[in-house]
Amino acid sequence: MGYFLGLLVVLVALWLGLSGEYTLTKPAIASLGTVSIILTTVLAYRFDILDREGSPYGRLPQLVAYWAWLIVEIFKANWTVIKACLRSNLDINPALVKVKTGCESDLARTVFANSITLTPGTVSVEVEGDKILVHALYEDTAGPGAFDEMDRRSREACDGKGPA
Amino acid sequence: MIGAAAIALVVAIALMLVRALSGPTLYDRVLAVNSLGTKIILLLGVIGFLTGRPDFLDISILYALINFVSTIAILKFFRYRSFQVSLTRRGKGGS
Amino acid sequence: MIETLIGYWDAFRPALGSALLLVGAVLAVIGTVGVLRFPDFYTRLHAASVTDTASMTLAVVGMALLAPNFATVFKLIVVWLFLFLTGPTSSHALANAAHTAGLQPLIGRVGKEDGGDA
Repeated sequence: MGYFLGLLVVLVALWLGLSGEYTLTKPAIASLGTVSIILTTVLAYRFDILDREGSPYGRLPQLVAYWAWLIVEIFKANWTVIKACLRSNLDINPALVKVKTGCESDLARTVFANSITLTPGTVSVEVEGDKILVHALYEDTAGPGAFDEMDRRSREACDGKGPA
Repeated sequence: MIGAAAIALVVAIALMLVRALSGPTLYDRVLAVNSLGTKIILLLGVIGFLTGRPDFLDISILYALINFVSTIAILKFFRYRSFQVSLTRRGKGGS
Repeated sequence: MIETLIGYWDAFRPALGSALLLVGAVLAVIGTVGVLRFPDFYTRLHAASVTDTASMTLAVVGMALLAPNFATVFKLIVVWLFLFLTGPTSSHALANAAHTAGLQPLIGRVGKEDGGDA
């Protein structure tokens, strides 16, 4: 039920923001929006995707805090790749490494692998169980322990410290 | 200055087109088209601001949706040679 | 006091927005140059992700500073959120598809000794 309400609130906010009809003075457009929102929630319920992954808004504050940290990391990592792109002789050292993650749930694992991909210079190639195959532009940026903090933070953001 | 940004984006799109046309493998081409799409999304927004009509952003939202779906669809087709394959997880997942 | 500050901000905002937009566009060109220069598919993926993250974020923030009303800012937030969430997914799908198809990545130091290839 909480997932249902979360999806409903997000859809209503999305429709209001995209249509710009905050005052609801035009009944035709407002009824179209209502019908489309109801149709979407009913379809989501019928497809059985109204679970923690389909509507992950319960942990939004933690996820937003994690994103703020992640964006800073992304900009730091961008600088390395930009320098590599502009150097006159191509000085790169690509490597494939296996990273072990402590994330238990699917959502935490997805967030962790997506964070690795989102950071320029590292791309997660394959996820097998709790090991992620990572391709890195420089071998030393993906050495042992390079992803420990990201792993810990994504686990805490998605699962919390206690049982999820 | 917005015009300069638009020109830089057009240059980036033209250079990326070179990679899309000359990419040695299929994946280079798909990567180039996907990255091209991101730049076109930005260019649509910039054109909207350049002409004073920010409604162009609706088109760029639509383009972002289509770009993502088309990338996934192309990759799925060249992996399974068919669209009639379920994309649900094959092995055993986590929790 | 507050009004003068808001006045300064309103005078300063379009210049800052255009500058950020220009920086984002230049970063897109740099990422494209990287895509053209790098020797191998997996390394090109890294160069393309510069466009997907930093360039896109800076350009969207620049456009948000230029935006005339809140509806435009909301649309920009939707565009940013969507690109931010789907960019890594398509990158991972590409890398995974190439890896499954058996495309071998280039491993080891490239282009250190023979200065100025490409």
